[in-house]
Amino acid sequence: MTTQELFQRDREWHPPAYSKDYKTSVARSPRKALLSLQNSDSELTGPTFGHNDFDPLDNDLISNYAKNGDPIGERIIVHGRVLDELGRPVPNTLVEIWQANAGGRYRHKKDSYLAPIDPNFGGCGRTLTDNAGRYVFRTVKPGAYPWRNWVNNWRPAHIHVSVFGTAFAQRLITQMYFEGDPLIAKCPIVKTIPDQRAIDQLVAALDLNATMPLDSIAYKFNIVLRGHRSTFFENRPEGN
Amino acid sequence: MVQALNYLKESASQTAGPYVHIGLAPGAAGFNIYRQELGHDITGPNAKGDRITVTGTVTDGTGAPVKDVLIEVWQANADGVYPGKGQVEDGFRGWGRVIPDFETGTFSFETVKPGTVMGRNNRPMAPHLNLWLVARGINVGLNTRMYFKDEEKANAVDPVLNLIEQAHRRETLIARADGNTYHFDICLQGDGETVFLDV
Repeated sequence: MTTQELFQRDREWHPPAYSKDYKTSVARSPRKALLSLQNSDSELTGPTFGHNDFDPLDNDLISNYAKNGDPIGERIIVHGRVLDELGRPVPNTLVEIWQANAGGRYRHKKDSYLAPIDPNFGGCGRTLTDNAGRYVFRTVKPGAYPWRNWVNNWRPAHIHVSVFGTAFAQRLITQMYFEGDPLIAKCPIVKTIPDQRAIDQLVAALDLNATMPLDSIAYKFNIVLRGHRSTFFENRPEGN
Repeated sequence: MVQALNYLKESASQTAGPYVHIGLAPGAAGFNIYRQELGHDITGPNAKGDRITVTGTVTDGTGAPVKDVLIEVWQANADGVYPGKGQVEDGFRGWGRVIPDFETGTFSFETVKPGTVMGRNNRPMAPHLNLWLVARGINVGLNTRMYFKDEEKANAVDPVLNLIEQAHRRETLIARADGNTYHFDICLQGDGETVFLDV
């Protein structure tokens, strides 16, 4: 038995390309059918990264851009595991995050929201998962912010998450939300996801067991990448 | 009732949003934070093969350039070997990140031309770059491939290009050659829409 191809991506679980209430998707969504491919090496291989690529503080957003003090905001730990659909850990894979500061402002030359830039907060971090697929970041909780979609849309507090896996076809970008946020149910970007269970899976749970008492509160967020199929029998040449 | 299969579900994708650069290319967002940003160098210094430049623009359904797109490239080396699958030159990562000029939307990157890669059932695939596009308004990252116009014989028998039922749409995956520069425009929607792949 060898592991090889990936489980088909469940397109009824992911958001469709065209979501009328997320207006930017209207002109940026392909309208022709995607061409379905069985996997070859082009999809089943992918880049790898090593500890030489990073600095030890890259996963600590409280200190990795600090100039003359800590960033403003609620100190949080975000931790979890990267797993595949079989529940197996994905070790040594790159996890990158980015977020707004506690006031809901991004450090980006294209963000002009009136909330101030925090001089001590960059808003990005990266790390490799360990042998058990675990990762951890320390940061401040991002603020909600308004955005132009309808006149009065507000993004729930969220952290953007990018993950690689071992195959280029596992590549995934998603967003992590926070338990208890009433804006989640109102957000047109969240609601591009058609299945409530898939939305719930993107909401990090408050994890009091992982807090640092009198220092930082914690949220747990597991990330699931596509699983690999097993080939049980190899007695039939593939027709094509 | 039946036994539960107990598979996990893949985390649902969400758009990378307009500020994807903060996370994946902070220099482009306007600040330096990391000792070394990832994805600036696809090939490393020792790569064999033809050095090439790839330029183009991603356009939306209205014809406007998508200036905030981020493209990832994944490719084999000149021998058609992917890193991790076989021996490649020291420093050859095969992967890079491409960001267009925020004013014009034109992107440009340098790499080496990949070799022929063996595909399924030992059918060779013509040289190609694998591309993955994310941006505000793109809910799930879009996969596509870039082939090379000057590989006509290989392209004619490429198993992926031949899966495209409407033969004229194969052209949307083939970059125009101009010496060592290849022009490859990507159209997200409408007439001339690029063929995107469900991999």
